[in-house]
Amino acid sequence: MEEGSAELGMMTNQGVEHGSDLVEIEGGTKVIPAANTIITSLDKIINWGRKNSLWPMGFGLACCAIEFMSWVSSYHDFDRMGNIPRNSPRQADFIIISGTVTKKMAPVIRRVYDQMAEPRYVLAMGSCACSGGVFNTYSVVQGVDTFLPVDVYVPGCPPRPEALIEGIIKLQDKIQKEYFRWSPWR
Amino acid sequence: MEPLEITERLKDRFLNEIVDITQFRDQVHIRIKKEKVLDICRFLHDDPDIRMDYLTDLLGVDYPERESRFEVVYNLYSLKHRHRLVLKALVPEKDVSIDSVVPIWQGANWLERETCDMYGISFNGHPDLRRVLMPEDWEGYPLRKDYPLKGLEGWEYKGHEEAKELHTHDSEWNIQS
Repeated sequence: MEEGSAELGMMTNQGVEHGSDLVEIEGGTKVIPAANTIITSLDKIINWGRKNSLWPMGFGLACCAIEFMSWVSSYHDFDRMGNIPRNSPRQADFIIISGTVTKKMAPVIRRVYDQMAEPRYVLAMGSCACSGGVFNTYSVVQGVDTFLPVDVYVPGCPPRPEALIEGIIKLQDKIQKEYFRWSPWR
Repeated sequence: MEPLEITERLKDRFLNEIVDITQFRDQVHIRIKKEKVLDICRFLHDDPDIRMDYLTDLLGVDYPERESRFEVVYNLYSLKHRHRLVLKALVPEKDVSIDSVVPIWQGANWLERETCDMYGISFNGHPDLRRVLMPEDWEGYPLRKDYPLKGLEGWEYKGHEEAKELHTHDSEWNIQS
């Protein structure tokens, strides 16, 4: 902490005109090194917090759930991205639909989604959840986006855990770009 | 006991019920009329030399081109004597029902429910004949050969339609996707 302050202090001396002690460290974010203060927009700070504590609600329906479990376990270690599995929709930030969605299951998923608190996101994992996959039949929903607002599609049959991580990063990018979603007047 | 010996025993008692007997690679298939299926199964289960105490599987088959359209197949196995037998009961389309074998093998309960779910064959005397795989308000029997691959035309499953309907309101809550 001490060292950090010293470095920032040096930056003040080098990069800033005398009289002003505001340093722009990236677009839209400034620091006052002497006061240990960061100035930024509420959008940025809230989105930053949200994207780094995304709690997934797993909805394993088929073989994709096995890859999902691999993503959870130690080798791919999803905890490092701030993801903690939640088995209650009330505590989850986004839902991962992993697997073949049948028409019998569709109202159940919709109900789980409706129980989630805002802001909520949907990640469709695997070909079946994205488009129905090879199951173009009477009982399979042709893509979970027919009844859910999907944010990220992860293709693959099943997608590798790395692909799922890429999907999470895409979701994080999306959340970081959000505007005014924290507000009641959104 | 060799499977053909079992068929001889069956012939002694139920000659009029047996339609034909076929053999393929040491497997014996006995095709029977459906009326006395319960008596035949009871005999196969209770006879000390045959003792078919394990119903491996029970399934339906649809042969649209045949005179008797449906078949209910019983894969029987004896844990004691280690012999197998395949029993096939003919079920014509004009009376799609057959006696339930749940009183003999309890394990037939869900197997018969599944067969009823997929083929619409009703099992007389079944304790709880509801659908297992499809939703209870599903129309049609999906594994029948005349059932369209994409489902019955002009009919949609209500639960899925309701979920779709809810999705149309998502934009009112300003849910961006």
